Amino acid sequence: MTPTISVSKLSKHYKVPEREGGMKAAVISLFNRKYRTVKAVDDISFSIEPGEIVGFLGPNGAGKTTTLKVLSGLLHPTSGAVNVLGYEPTKRSHDYLRQVALVMGNRNQLSWDLPAIDSFELQRAIYGIPVLEFKKTRDDFIDLLELKDLVNKPIRNLSLGERMKMEIVGALLHRPKVLFLDEPTIGLDVTMQRRIRAFIKEYNQRWGATVLLTSHYMADVEALCKRVIVIHHGHTLFDGELSSLVTQFSSFKTLGVTLPNPEVDLSQYGEVLTRDGARVTLRVAKAKTSQVTANLLSDLQVDDLTVEDTPIDDVIDSVFTSTEETK
Amino acid sequence: MRRYIDFYLASMKIAILGQIQYSVANYFYMIGMITEPVIYLVVWTTIAKQQGGMAGGYTAGAFAAYYIIWTLVRNMNIVFTPYGWEWRIREGQLSMELMRPIHPIHGDVAYFAGWKTVVIFLWLPLAAILSWIFKPDFDIRWMEVIVFFLAIWGAYLIRTILLSLLGMITFWTTRVSAIFELYFGLELILSGRLVPMTIMPPWVQNLSNYLPFKWTFFFPIEALVGNMTDIQLWSGFGMQVLWIASGTLFLNLIWKSAIKQYSAVGG
Repeated sequence: MTPTISVSKLSKHYKVPEREGGMKAAVISLFNRKYRTVKAVDDISFSIEPGEIVGFLGPNGAGKTTTLKVLSGLLHPTSGAVNVLGYEPTKRSHDYLRQVALVMGNRNQLSWDLPAIDSFELQRAIYGIPVLEFKKTRDDFIDLLELKDLVNKPIRNLSLGERMKMEIVGALLHRPKVLFLDEPTIGLDVTMQRRIRAFIKEYNQRWGATVLLTSHYMADVEALCKRVIVIHHGHTLFDGELSSLVTQFSSFKTLGVTLPNPEVDLSQYGEVLTRDGARVTLRVAKAKTSQVTANLLSDLQVDDLTVEDTPIDDVIDSVFTSTEETK
Repeated sequence: MRRYIDFYLASMKIAILGQIQYSVANYFYMIGMITEPVIYLVVWTTIAKQQGGMAGGYTAGAFAAYYIIWTLVRNMNIVFTPYGWEWRIREGQLSMELMRPIHPIHGDVAYFAGWKTVVIFLWLPLAAILSWIFKPDFDIRWMEVIVFFLAIWGAYLIRTILLSLLGMITFWTTRVSAIFELYFGLELILSGRLVPMTIMPPWVQNLSNYLPFKWTFFFPIEALVGNMTDIQLWSGFGMQVLWIASGTLFLNLIWKSAIKQYSAVGG
């Protein structure tokens, strides 16, 4: 199968002017300007198959958004080859732009003063969507996101979450085959995040769209992505299944123990992470989990015991921390 | 082509709906804009009266006609400014526009064209009040009305192209207000905005023939209130078409280079 997105040895470097603080340095920089090269993305390669939802993870400044911007044709790469749906994004052909969408959680494209229903009409004209197809898609999306009572209100009168839902509808009315989602749930409450995740999943399943998603909310990634690509300082650290990421980077398990006597000291069994009344959370080396569990059950009176993988946030955090330490 | 017409109509509708929401604010904005021509008008009418009823070939009534039509032409000349370009690049708004399968400048032209249709309707009562106060001399032929109507849209397109070119400097550097101010200074003198071009020294008039400015201000006004022959009217409009065609060509060339510089800094 031909991949929908194929990235080979992609680099994007910026030349940034640099000077020391103070008046003297400011005057000198007028005549002798110094530049520093920032490697926002450095030699990354990956490919994404049709219909995949891939999480693109990394801390702030890792190069996630830069990569999305290159893929969507906004930025010209410094080197490397990028191909999406058989198109070279930097050429920004209209045929290409008609098949993709970039949704940024902190950007709006709908008219602030008008009800979304009017802005959707403009989207129809921009993408040349046949009227019947447009009306059906629009109404489907409005039903899926439960927006019927809101589409006739000016955008400025909507809450952040309601606005984001409208933005997503506006961005997907032309039924793009590829979605680039940059923090689509940023700043939203848990319920709204869940609603948007469900919609993205539904869109992916219904239309077979390929999705590349960046998010700092691991709940988004866990709910939507089987596969993740982790980048840091412009380099790829990991590319594979989310479950493998946990296996590869987490050598611990989390044990939740509820005891009738909350005073018992459990430090001999593992690292005590939290203690909330009778409930204690322990971090235990993965290899010793069975032994520690057996010991706990034989040594103590236990009301409840759970064994869980380390939360994904902690795994990702440990990936970044370990790379910082090895630098 | 059909898709573009559909897009223009939809954008203009959005602009009209948006402007209707703020019709009172728009009216006050237009009233504020009248201050500038009224000052020019009072000054030149006084000079004309002091010089025996005429200055630079214009009577007080001719000045009144010039500056009343000036108010409409000035409003037609309001386009997306270089400061707007600076804002949309810095704030990342351009990124969203670039993701659409239509050039952002089409969006600007269509949106402001929608706004202009509202402006024309709002201008009519203002023009009536100014005419009642300043008693302009209007001697208008049908051919002048037709060319004037075309010329105000020609002026709108020329100025859109010029200010877009100026705004696109922000692809290379984001602090260009000094260049903008220089441009606006030149335009003030060489367009007929300050005074009718025929009052300017001959060398300024000669220079203005080789520049686009006078086709955005002086020509549309003179087409309606001056005494041009049909040939002069249509050759003036031809000059506008020439500036639009060459400007569009140049804009496309610069755009190709500018877009490679785009760093999508704001988002």
